[in-house]
Amino acid sequence: MAEPKIKYDRQLRIWGEQGQAALEKASICLLNCGPTGSETLKNLVLGGVGSITVVDGSKVEVGDLGNNFMVDESSIGESKAKCVCSFLQELNDAVKAKFIEEYPQALIETNPSFFSQFTLVVATQLVEDSMIKLDRICREANVKLIFARSYGLTGLVRISVKEHMIIESKPDHFLDDLRLNNPWPELKRFAEGIDLTTADPVAHKHIPYVVILVKMANEWADSHNGRLPSTREEKKEFKELLKSRMIALDEDNYREAVEASFKVFAPQGISQELKQIIDDSAAELHHNSSDFWVMVAALKEFIANEGAGEAPLEGSIPDMTSSTEHYVNLQKIYQAKAEADFLVMEQRVRNHLKKIGRETKMISKQTIRSFCRNARKLKVCRYRLVEDEFNSPVLSELQKYLADEEYIVAVGFYILLRAVDRFAANYNSFPGEFDGEMDEDISRLKTAAVSLLSDLGCNGQTLTEDLISEMCRFGAAELHAVAAFIGGVASQEVIKLITKQFVPMSGTFIFNGIDQKSQLLSL
Amino acid sequence: MAGSTLQASRSRDLDKLLLRPGNLVEPNFEPGPELRDDLREYARVLVVGAGGLGCELLKDLALSGFKNLDVIDMDRIEVTNLNRQFLFRLEDVGKPKAEVAAKRVMERVSGVNIVPHFCRIEDKELDFYSDFNIIVLGLDSIEARSYINAVACSFLEYDSDDNPREETMKPMVDGGTEGFKGHARVIKPGVTPCFECTIWLFPPQVKFPLCTLAETPRTAAHCIEYAHLIKWDEVHSGKSFDPDDPGHMQWVYSEAVKRAELFGIPGVTYSLTQGVVKNIIPAIASTNAIISAACALETLKIATGCSKTLSNYLTYNGVEGLHIKVTEFVRDKDCLVCGPGVLIELDISVTLEKFINMLEEHPRLLLSKASVMHRGKNLYMQAPPVLEEMTRSNLDQLLFDLMGKVPRDVIHVTGMSRKDDKKVSSLMKLRVAFKGVDGVVDMDMAGGA
Ligand SMILES: [Zn+2]
Repeated sequence: MAEPKIKYDRQLRIWGEQGQAALEKASICLLNCGPTGSETLKNLVLGGVGSITVVDGSKVEVGDLGNNFMVDESSIGESKAKCVCSFLQELNDAVKAKFIEEYPQALIETNPSFFSQFTLVVATQLVEDSMIKLDRICREANVKLIFARSYGLTGLVRISVKEHMIIESKPDHFLDDLRLNNPWPELKRFAEGIDLTTADPVAHKHIPYVVILVKMANEWADSHNGRLPSTREEKKEFKELLKSRMIALDEDNYREAVEASFKVFAPQGISQELKQIIDDSAAELHHNSSDFWVMVAALKEFIANEGAGEAPLEGSIPDMTSSTEHYVNLQKIYQAKAEADFLVMEQRVRNHLKKIGRETKMISKQTIRSFCRNARKLKVCRYRLVEDEFNSPVLSELQKYLADEEYIVAVGFYILLRAVDRFAANYNSFPGEFDGEMDEDISRLKTAAVSLLSDLGCNGQTLTEDLISEMCRFGAAELHAVAAFIGGVASQEVIKLITKQFVPMSGTFIFNGIDQKSQLLSL
Repeated sequence: MAGSTLQASRSRDLDKLLLRPGNLVEPNFEPGPELRDDLREYARVLVVGAGGLGCELLKDLALSGFKNLDVIDMDRIEVTNLNRQFLFRLEDVGKPKAEVAAKRVMERVSGVNIVPHFCRIEDKELDFYSDFNIIVLGLDSIEARSYINAVACSFLEYDSDDNPREETMKPMVDGGTEGFKGHARVIKPGVTPCFECTIWLFPPQVKFPLCTLAETPRTAAHCIEYAHLIKWDEVHSGKSFDPDDPGHMQWVYSEAVKRAELFGIPGVTYSLTQGVVKNIIPAIASTNAIISAACALETLKIATGCSKTLSNYLTYNGVEGLHIKVTEFVRDKDCLVCGPGVLIELDISVTLEKFINMLEEHPRLLLSKASVMHRGKNLYMQAPPVLEEMTRSNLDQLLFDLMGKVPRDVIHVTGMSRKDDKKVSSLMKLRVAFKGVDGVVDMDMAGGA
């Protein structure tokens, strides 16, 4: 069966076989299968998640045909969960698709243990009260949770996971690990073996820039009491020095050296972000520490000892103008150092496992190797409980958003998305859900928003009349295009959480469908 | 009671947006049932591309109140499309994308009418494109975007003060994705920058220098491109390489492996060989869904004014967290494509044939093999042969006569122009003015440039 592999070719190029295997093992539960939920699952089913369970207690109505592609005329009066599930199954027969005809709110109230069987729950269109309860249930059962909601021209996506650690964060732009200003003996020796003053023009223009920079940095340090260029003046001077060593105009390697000279000036040692991770209290191990934190504990020791302030070497170099021979040899030197660092790390990891009473082979070589290669790019994401955020948002941030032109609409929608739930709890319908009571609803929603703001510590703050009126105009409509957007964002975050690759969003994503200036709010 | 009739309607949710007055809307917004009905009845939208974005766009537009859609795509369905192009199934492989996509959406959304066009975008006449109110682009090629952009901009007319005439403006909504990243933009020719005004946003792909491939390969990709671009021609004299022939791909792969072994270079795999040779851009369902949804929403706003329009360029990046940014780019006042058009001054004695030759020499145009159209009429067509024969007799005639003896007017020319050392199909709008005729100041700089 080569077909599935070919079918997934375009995504395997992003998250690889490992990411795909993680997706194929995942079981996803969807709560409410309106367009927001259906579209989220559609993207996941296409990508080949292991299984889906669609939970919805409602029957398909005529109105659903106007905003949900997963139901059609023949579905009217049938279970929505069943119809959506059967359409989703059509998209990919490798996925196990199930449905449960029940209202999510009821399940949350009466059967909390139901959720513990899943890898991840996508909860759509829930009101505040259900969100809070479900969040507690999933946090306790260690099930990943994503909330998604579409509401008129706005909506939100919010991840709730206690802790999410990423080894392969795969950032777009990241300074490569060349150690030009801090070469280890083998690299130094290799550079010394190459003559920058060679008169052979072909040889001269095929010296890799790594060698040029290591040697020139060394030369500079020799004439500056062991210091490297640090002031703007010195950096400029260093670049001029590089240019002066060119013997022809077409020497791409020297041009690359000038462009890469900032790598010589870059500070040594680890980043602030990595320092925070190795100093995290979770790196103090106990019997139940996760593999990630065991490796972080090993990393901390490595940096303090063998690494002399640096993380294990990544071991790869970018392409650069060079003769094949120099390049391949250089590659081998970087790989050898990375391998040596890995062996030290592996030993430290095994020692830690032994100390905390775990099987020393518990963590595979492959995992440790990947950890070493990505050590500088590790990420740890933590998410507040929704209830905590709702009761006591970070007030300074909230006030900052309320005063910032770029955030004012997004934070307004954040408040209003909560205010409509308070409204609904009082009046049994959303503001503007039915025609004819618009003016009254607008003033009631305004009251709800102002009282919410004051509960949150923003006394006397209000929102613009325009935004409040728009929210009432929306009348809890679930527009297909908005649902497709929110569902798209939610599914992408699901993929990141399950593959443990790339970095999931932090905070609450607020969709602003008015001028598309959506924002993430960290509250 | 009003509430219950609303609930029973298929447009239950959309009605809230289209029937109710709003505060943060465009000035032309006139809410009411007529707006909803007019959208169904009169709005015609063309979706260009029936791939990852196109499938989503057709679904999104069909569920956003549009009933008259067309879709154009020259491709057939492949197995590698199935991870995201959700309107296609395994048994559809080999069929035209446009036709299957149109059929699937019509099956599920009753009342919507989608006309598929299984052909190249260049195969359609200008008239075809002028029939649509809005053109939505779901493409993965710069050349195709550039072409449609030129077509849409060609309809734009300027008044005597060089202000764009709004009724001739053909808006475009353009989306694009790559992996976890994408963009959505709104182009209102004459008002917001056209694709060509901001062409620098799409830098041409960097190619490896041939000497690196031939003499100093360092990476797996160098070995692959050596086999693909150099070795293939050496061995298969005259036979051109076909990236869709698995036999050809296998050959390039095994040659690349040999070369990599010779130089001690790691990393050549079959998958990488395909990726490098076909320049495969990774693509996933979620990003396409996000970008298409943004495009569909903007299309609805342009058609109805029901909310503010994106102004004018949105980028999405989901690699590290989630970043959405809206940038307001500005027009290039000297843009050849969306500006008033290059002014060409001619003597009335110039024949159509001489004019066509002039286009090739003109330093700002360099347009070869030109076909010429005036006010929807073909003055000369290079192809197809039937049309060429029908219009050939015009070549000897005076352009002034062919254009109805007006002192100045806009004409459209299509042909091949050079761009980054590549020949591409181009469409240009030109302002022709005849010297010595009323209203035109005779200038000394004769010759027509
Ligand atoms: Zn332009």
